[in-house]
Parts: sequence; C-alpha cells; structure tokens
Amino acid sequence: MDWRRFGVIALVIAILFGVVVLIGKNQTPPMVIITSMLATTIAVATPLTLGALSGIYCERAGVVNIGIEGMMLAAAFFGWLASIYMNSIFGFAPMPSLIVGVIAAVLSGALFALLHAALSITFKVDQIIGGTVINILAIGITGFLNRQLFFEEGSIFGGNVPHAPGILPSIRVPLLADVPTFGRMFDQQPITIAAIALVFITHYVLFYTRWGLRTRAVGEHPRAADTVGINVARMRYANVIIGGCMAGLGGAYFTLQSVPSFEPLMTNGRGFISLAAMIFGNWTPIGAWAASLVFGTAQAMQINLQFFRELILPEWAFLKNSYIVGLAPYILTMLILTGIIGKTTPPAADGVPYEK
Amino acid sequence: MAKSAEQTTSQSHDLRQILRASMDALLVPLLAVLTAMILGGLVIAFAGGNPIYAYLGLFQGAFGSTKALSETAVWATPYIFAGLAVALAFKGGLFNIGAEGQLAFGAVVSALIGYALPDLLGISLPAIIHIPLAVGGGMLAGALWAAIPGALKAYTGGHEVINTIMMNYIALNMTSFLLNAPMKDPNPLNVVARTPSIAESARIPPLFEGFRVHWGFALALLVAFLVWWLLWKTTLGFEIRTVGANPDAAKYAGINVKRTIVLTMALSGLLAGLAGTIEVTALNYRHELGFSVGYGFDAIAIALLGKTHPLGVVIAAILFGAMRNGATRMQFLTQIPVDIISVIQALILLLVAAEAIIRYLYRLRAREERVVLTRGWGG
Repeated sequence: MDWRRFGVIALVIAILFGVVVLIGKNQTPPMVIITSMLATTIAVATPLTLGALSGIYCERAGVVNIGIEGMMLAAAFFGWLASIYMNSIFGFAPMPSLIVGVIAAVLSGALFALLHAALSITFKVDQIIGGTVINILAIGITGFLNRQLFFEEGSIFGGNVPHAPGILPSIRVPLLADVPTFGRMFDQQPITIAAIALVFITHYVLFYTRWGLRTRAVGEHPRAADTVGINVARMRYANVIIGGCMAGLGGAYFTLQSVPSFEPLMTNGRGFISLAAMIFGNWTPIGAWAASLVFGTAQAMQINLQFFRELILPEWAFLKNSYIVGLAPYILTMLILTGIIGKTTPPAADGVPYEK
Repeated sequence: MAKSAEQTTSQSHDLRQILRASMDALLVPLLAVLTAMILGGLVIAFAGGNPIYAYLGLFQGAFGSTKALSETAVWATPYIFAGLAVALAFKGGLFNIGAEGQLAFGAVVSALIGYALPDLLGISLPAIIHIPLAVGGGMLAGALWAAIPGALKAYTGGHEVINTIMMNYIALNMTSFLLNAPMKDPNPLNVVARTPSIAESARIPPLFEGFRVHWGFALALLVAFLVWWLLWKTTLGFEIRTVGANPDAAKYAGINVKRTIVLTMALSGLLAGLAGTIEVTALNYRHELGFSVGYGFDAIAIALLGKTHPLGVVIAAILFGAMRNGATRMQFLTQIPVDIISVIQALILLLVAAEAIIRYLYRLRAREERVVLTRGWGG
C-alpha cells in the first residue's frame, strides 16, 4: 500500500475542509460544517468513483478507455428517457420507473462499451481515437434525440418535457444514520452506496479471484496469458463491457439521483476527471476512490461556500466566484498527471492491441 | 532503345502506382461519408422524417444559391483552421482535443484588442495595424493555451489528451467569467454574456459586397498551403513529422524532441486560435459565449477524414461546413432538428477511424502500413 499517496490525499482534503470551516465557523459550528462537507463529498464523488472503476476494469485488461465521458452522458440520457417512458407513457409508479431507468442506463453504458471493445480489440483502431469517437457519438446522439423527442412539434411528447418520475430516495443506514451530527454521512442515495460497495467488490475481484488474475495477466503480458490458454480477446471484451456498466451506473447518477432532468453535455468532464482519479489511484479501486474523494471535496467546497458567501473576507473575494473556485478539479487533474505528487505505473500492455 | 522502353514502362508503372495510391486514399473517406449518410438517413427515417427530402434540403441549403455558397464558405472557415490545428498535431504524434478551448481563448483576446484599445484606452489605430494586432493577439493566445499541455507532455509526461480537455474546461470557465463580468457588453439592453462590438478598424471586410463570406476564408486557404509548406518543405516540418513517426529515432537523429513537442502544440494552438479570432474579427465583430458549436471537436473528425493532409482537411472542412449550413434549410423543410448533423459527423468519424469496418463492408483490400496517431499513458 502506498501510504505517501494517501497522505497527500488526506492533506489536500484537510486543507479544503479547513478553508470552508475557517470561513463559516462564526455562523455554523465546525462539526456541522465538517459533516455537511463529508456528506456532500461522498455524494458528488459518486460518478467519479464509478468512472474510475470503469477505467480500472478496461485498463487492467489492457484497453485504454477515454470514452467514459461519452458512456456516462449516453447512460444519463437513456436512463432518464427510460424512466420517463415508464412513468408517463406506460403509467408505472415513480419507484419502478426509476429502477428501470437505472437498468437502462447501465445497459446503454454496456452497449457503448461494446462498440469501444469492437473498435479497439477486433478492429484494432487506435484506442484513444476510438474513445474520442464514443465521446463525440454520445454528444451527437443525445443532443439529437433530446431535441427530436422533446422539443419538436409533433414529437412523442408534443414539444414539452414531461414530468420526470423524480430522483432516487436516500437510504438511511440503520443505527449509523441515527448518530447525532455524523449521522448525515450515512444518509445517502442508492447509487452512492452501490458505488462504495463496488469499490470493495472490485478490489476483491481484481486481487483475490481467478478472474482478476486473468484480467491483470491480459493487461500486463497478453502473450504469456495467451500461452497458458487464456483467451485474450474474450477477457478484454468482458472487462470493457463490465467497465461500461460501471460508467453507465455513473451516468445514472446525473439524471436519476442528482437532478430529475437532462441537459446536453451535463457530464461536464467528469469522465475525464475520473481517469485522472484512476491514474492517481495507481489503477487500484481503493486508491481511485480516495482520489475521487479529493475531487469530490473540491466540488463540495464550491457548493458549501455558497452558504457562507457573506462571510468571505474581501481579501478572499475570489472564493465567492464560482467560476474560479470551479477551476479547482481541472487544475488538480493536470497537477496529478504531471506525476509530481508521486509516479504511477500503468499496466504494461495498456493501450496496445494484441496481435497473435 | 530497349532501355528507354523499359524506362517508359517503369514510369507508367510508377504513375499507375501513384494513381492507385491516391484512389485508395480517397476511396475510404468517400465510402465513409456515403455510409454515414445512409446510416444517418436511417436515423432520420426512424425519427419520422423522409431522408430523401432531408438530404435534398441539405444540399439545396448548402449549394443551392450564391448566398448558400457564401454561407457554406463562412461555416467552412473556422473548420479549416481548427481542422489544420488538429491535423498538424497528429503529424507530430500529438492528439490536440483542446482546439475548442484554444479558439475560445484566442477569440477572447482578439475581442479584447478589438474593443478595448479604442474604447478604454482611447487609442485609435488604422485598420492596417489594428486588424493584424487583433488577429495576431488571438493567434498568440491560442498558441500559449496549447503550449501549456505541450510543455506538460514534453517535460512531465502528463498525457496531452486529458490536459487539453482540462484546458478546454478552464477556458470555458474563464470566458464565462470574463464575458459575464469584466468584459461584458455594458449596453443596458444587453442580457447576454458577450463583449462590446469591436472597433470598425479591427474588422476584416467581406470578400464581396452583400455577402457574409469574408477575407478570412481566403486566409484559411492560404494558411492551409502554408501548413503544407511548413510540414513538407522546411526543417521544422521534417522534425515535427519525425518526432510524430518515431520519437526515439528522432532523438538519435539529434532532434530536440521536447522542444519540438512544445512547438508542435504551440503551432497547433496558433491555428486553433486563428479559428476563434477570425470569427470575432470577420464575422461576429464580438465574442459571445457559446458562439462555437463545437468546432474544436468537429475538427478531430475533419482532420481524420482529411487524412491529416492540409488539402484533405480543406475538402473535409468544406464538406462539414456545407452540412452545418444546409442543415438549417433541412430543418425548415422537414422538421428534422439540425442536431442530426452531429450524429452523421460522429458516424463519419467512426467510419474513418475504423477503416477496417469500411474495408470489410466494401470488400476492399487492406493497406500494409499502419499509421500510429497517438500513444498511451506511458508518454
């Protein structure tokens, strides 16, 4: 375990928390601010965590996936669309509609991943180009269908957006959620809980099962894996599609858990940032989750500072400007990629098509 | 006598080979466009439209009149610049997804030079100085914006794909900030995030009276030629292409690989900056938030469709410009939203990127060489 990396992560998170506590302490007790920040951080880190897991499955098997952004966007749209169809057209109750929405989101993530797998494994297209194709295709399809289905006269919804069935309700973790103040952290929505569970499941699968061993073999040394009888192409296909499911669930976060609506380009670079989280986490699920929490904290700071706008001292006026505070995750990503916070090593065969 | 006959045969053989090679180079992009149009037609039919009417409207809107031709050229101009930017980076083995941010940053700087000099500083300049100043400022801004990820790539190994995307978001946030507050058009009637109009002296005139097509289009064609000249007729171009083809070999040949990487990105950003700056100085006469419909991303498809060759880029850019321009007429005639063009363009990108699909569909023989465009995280 790389303790230095976790030290850096803890330090950055502590500094960002400290800023908000220092600004807000005269109005709200520090403990309340800290738990509120923690709860927000865990929630907004959800798509990043799932995106990073998606990257881990793909890249541990040797396929670079830069299309996570597009997979998330497509999943956000189709999940939302499915939930609206279920609710408004077929007349189901909100809860089953939302569940169908989540399933549709996961499936559309998988479908786009299948395309990426076919491009990079079967057709041996440059994987970064392949991922870009996925991203641009997702922007095009969601933009077109969004306009065609909702905003055109004579379309199925007659030119107005029907009411979405709402968002997934939060689940209180028994006992823990009843703890005063800190309980808020354990009052989270289902996709967030699933994401955290998937971090540990992925850790187990990757490092303690035969499947994980084979996946890593295919990503590190495909020829050796092939020699001992592992089907390289099949392993890669399977992992890329599992990765697509993760990205799909991450996409569901946007339209089924966060807000009950879709906007073109709403994923806003989260897919790319999650790749940075994956790299900073050195391609391990727990490391990537920790890195996602750093980005989550940066975003939580932006959200929580809104409550304390009037308390910000004039010298720190830039903290009032959401455009400037909003730059933090992007700059952090670039810093991480320089490797100055610790060198990382990708899987040896990452991005290299396997030729028999 | 026998010798000369032999020579003639070998010459005609060479010629035939060149012809076959260029046929082959053209065939795949052409088939890709055709297939994407067919698939797009299916999408249109599925969405309840008539594909034939839709494409007829598209063609009419793009080429049906002098005005349509002028508008197609107007649309093609930023596409040519941005397409050249991405293509140049590809030649140097770099994937510049950041053209969108570079052109936005270039547009902001060029608008600032355009309105602030006379409005705020009270300096009035003749057009012959003011235009080059505004255009040059925008170009330099774009170059700087791209040189940052270039330097990060060269000196730290940070992958340019993610860094250029991050620079896109940073540019977007910064322009939103600037255009909403310090640079916002102070006109009391204005509610949009946009700068004031640039001075008359900073405006590039139209090519013909009464049409919107401007000298920027001519400049784009000239710049395409210059990029070709740079890449194939100068030492720097040779170095860029060598680093792109094989950085290790370039290093042993004595080329300063790191410097070349930064320079390639800067030049690429310069071209992207031109795309933004020309939109400001020759067309909109101000910078407005969201003026770009994703030129920077379409540019990737244009560069790949044009096989990263300047001439190919110009042709692909005109095709994409024609589609965007004709789409309005298509929407008017058939109620198919213009967004369908994004789907068709994404399909074109998919099919040119995955040549193998086209070769499989049309039973074409595979080419031997594979062109490496980008590399993984290893740097």
